[in-house]
Amino acid sequence: MTASPVTRIRRQRASRREAIVAYGFISPWLIGFVGLTLGPMLASLILSFTDYNLVTTASTSFVGDDNYRRALLDDPLVLQSLRVTSYYATLAVALDLVVGLCLALLLNTGFRAIGAIRTIYYLPAAVSGVAVSLLWLWIFQPSGGLANGLLDLVGLPGINWVYSTTWVIPAFVLMSLWGVGRSAFIYLAILQRIPTNLYEAAAVDGAGPLRRLFRITVPLVTPAILLNLVLGIIGNFQTFTQAFVISEGGPANASLFYTLYLYRNAFRYFRIGYASALAWILFALLLTLTLLVFRSSRRWVYYEAGGPGDRG
Amino acid sequence: MAVTTDVLGPRPTGRWARRFSALIIVAGAVAVLLPLAWMLSTSLKPESEVFRSPIEWVPSTVRPENYREAVSMVPFWRYALNSLIVAIPVVVGTVVSSTAVAYAFARMRAPGLRWLFLLVIAAIMLPSEVTLVPSFLLFKELGWVGSYLPLTVPAWLGGGAFNIFLLRQYFLTIPREQEELARVEGHSFLSILLRVIIPQSWPAISVVAALEFVSVWNDFLGPLLYITDQSKYTLPLGLNFYKDIYNTQWAHLMAASLLALLPCIVVFFLAQRAFTQGVVLTGRR
Repeated sequence: MTASPVTRIRRQRASRREAIVAYGFISPWLIGFVGLTLGPMLASLILSFTDYNLVTTASTSFVGDDNYRRALLDDPLVLQSLRVTSYYATLAVALDLVVGLCLALLLNTGFRAIGAIRTIYYLPAAVSGVAVSLLWLWIFQPSGGLANGLLDLVGLPGINWVYSTTWVIPAFVLMSLWGVGRSAFIYLAILQRIPTNLYEAAAVDGAGPLRRLFRITVPLVTPAILLNLVLGIIGNFQTFTQAFVISEGGPANASLFYTLYLYRNAFRYFRIGYASALAWILFALLLTLTLLVFRSSRRWVYYEAGGPGDRG
Repeated sequence: MAVTTDVLGPRPTGRWARRFSALIIVAGAVAVLLPLAWMLSTSLKPESEVFRSPIEWVPSTVRPENYREAVSMVPFWRYALNSLIVAIPVVVGTVVSSTAVAYAFARMRAPGLRWLFLLVIAAIMLPSEVTLVPSFLLFKELGWVGSYLPLTVPAWLGGGAFNIFLLRQYFLTIPREQEELARVEGHSFLSILLRVIIPQSWPAISVVAALEFVSVWNDFLGPLLYITDQSKYTLPLGLNFYKDIYNTQWAHLMAASLLALLPCIVVFFLAQRAFTQGVVLTGRR
């Protein structure tokens, strides 16, 4: 049965009106996206090929790929900041994954006061920024700080923490581990959805607890691991406030996080062109890492057969 | 798929295994609380007792005056007020604009809308560093540097890709019957959003509001770039400034920091359910 021409025109008119309303509703985002994301991205790309400097704006010229060349070949601080950032991100992401998953497995054994525990473990997610950075700066004070106080309690010698080139990054990792409860509860939500009969069937087949863990539990959690991995890499590569407040990049650039170095170039030395190139290098790096993780995920992420995420 | 919500978990666990894991879980909870307890303890000590070793958890002399002194050593309440002046328009703008945008993406049909939604998702992955410098130049061109506009106006322009995504996903779970009925009765999209969708979406909206409040209250980089005048400092800038002047007065510094965190802790407890669900939903840090 075909609709009469009148109904069709009426329908077309209605769907055109719906389209106009839809674009009206999303227009704030559209303006923001063009003005504050797409536009700046393009501007940043163009700036990265210039020697634009806020102090000497008059003499700006295109310098080709000089900024990129200098950043990747001639600037030891870029290399240093990449080393620092990837060292920190690797440790922080890996520990968050392992500790978070272990904690979730423990919580899943039938812990009773789960409500109170959830509140406590989530609390660090609600607090962050300068106030928390100051708290950890105090905790890591070599004399009087809590960290060395606890070491002293078990008879271990104190550490210089954020004043030591060796310990400054582990100190930051420890601080990030404070928020591990968030990941644990993401994993727990998934663990609680695993059907009991899977375990029963495995037990009937004679699979021991360890085998059940690695053959059933871990595979079913892998999609969440993938998500945490990607967000963890992106998030940790952007570490700024802690580094700015606690160690200011020191000692001897041992905590010169990439974003901190970018900030210094842009807003302390006013090298806008160079800072833009640094931003694009970071973007390219994160994009590559994310793509690599997604690519490898086909091999280690388990998708239920026939499910929406099934990629064969 | 069978869903187990059994409190004992998906498989029977031995009593000793349960006791062992309970022990570790409680120890972990204590470890999480330790820094905050330490903060409170330090904030109540006389400065002369702060460095004592071994650790004293309960101050021998409790000194609540630290708090009164801390808020007068720097204009603390001025900074708190400034933080509020920034936070209110940001939270309101985020909620209003992300709700409207998410609703269009969840329910309306228009050419190109699906592609634009992919851009929203792509924007979640975009590191903010890429747009940081040119945005600064843009706001400088507009003459907004030194005012709160660079901090508040962007919130009204979509309210962040993350929030749009979260709300859209939530709207998709709402059954359509009521809306279709309202459509037939001739209600506009706006009136459906206000009368049908929003009343059913408070859990998701409070997630967005709570997370956004915490994030704007603690934001440091934004104010660091755009606020130049000390009388306009928000709390994070004020605390950093505080640290630069009184960097060894830990008791007072902890008192000020704890006061600065208090609104976030209050919001956390008020919106606790929403908060924990939201963190699960978004994976946001």
